[in-house]
Amino acid sequence: MEFNQIIELFEIRCPGCVTVVEGQQALTVQAEKWPEVAKILSEDPDLTFDSLMCLTGYDKGTGDALGVAYNFHSMSKLHKLEIRIEVPRESAEIPSVANIWRAADWHEREVYDLFGITFTGHPDLKRILLPDDWEGYPLRKDYETPDYYHGMPIPKDKTGWE
Amino acid sequence: MDYTLLEKFNKDNIIVEKIDNLVNWARAGSQWYFQFGLACCAIEMMAAAAPRHDLERFGAMPRATPRQADVMIVAGTVSIKMAERVKRLYEQMAEPRYVISMGSCANSGGPYWQYGYHVLKGVDLIIPVDIYIPGCPPRPEALIEGLLALQEKIREETPFRKKD
Repeated sequence: MEFNQIIELFEIRCPGCVTVVEGQQALTVQAEKWPEVAKILSEDPDLTFDSLMCLTGYDKGTGDALGVAYNFHSMSKLHKLEIRIEVPRESAEIPSVANIWRAADWHEREVYDLFGITFTGHPDLKRILLPDDWEGYPLRKDYETPDYYHGMPIPKDKTGWE
Repeated sequence: MDYTLLEKFNKDNIIVEKIDNLVNWARAGSQWYFQFGLACCAIEMMAAAAPRHDLERFGAMPRATPRQADVMIVAGTVSIKMAERVKRLYEQMAEPRYVISMGSCANSGGPYWQYGYHVLKGVDLIIPVDIYIPGCPPRPEALIEGLLALQEKIREETPFRKKD
């Protein structure tokens, strides 16, 4: 199925749910509409996106939105699609899709760990890479590295080293 | 290896030697190292232990527990999460214990020096290091040279002399 056909399918099944990212083969979805859209993506017989290839968080800069990009592939239909969801930095919450695609489970935990986006309805949302008592979300653009962690210094002065 | 002892033994079957030298000879010739790796340097450590480079000809054999190990080879990137475990493993080793810091990451943080929020900038921030081996990763020859340098260091020790 081509990209244009997918857009037409969504105009019939769920009007106003998706918007096209300008100049790119990607769709933007509002966070509130995401469970409905995800259900169509996985269950519609013409789409059958049965594989969530990747799930990536991104930060558009200080004061701007946080986002998550989902890359889907259909094993039976052999087509691909990218979905993006952007949420405000202060209330970064996106409904979890771990119950539809199991691959989303650890990927959502990773995005939660590094970007601080909360995935509502996730079965076990906790840090996956960093220690549990880590403060802050390191891949956010406004993250500031702490001076110490458990008494171990994290030097930031680079003079004499470069 | 220190062959002077062996030559004396072959000559008249009696060795008269300082006990410091005897103990150092034994310690330097049996550097059992702690078998754990943290990153890609561990691959080079495995290659050094494998038959082509064969660390066991220097008396260095891997031990899978800190209780039996004499040397800890910190082979790889020490993340801050792992640093506490590394420190605990070091504390579990019996004296005398030595530490070899292998590769740029363990020496100074390596490529994570500037932007790595999660990497300890040198394992010497948490445990004392005897030998630093540069390289990213060091070749097995470099690791062997590091072990030989540690042997030199051990031979200069005076374990039975009163400390100041």
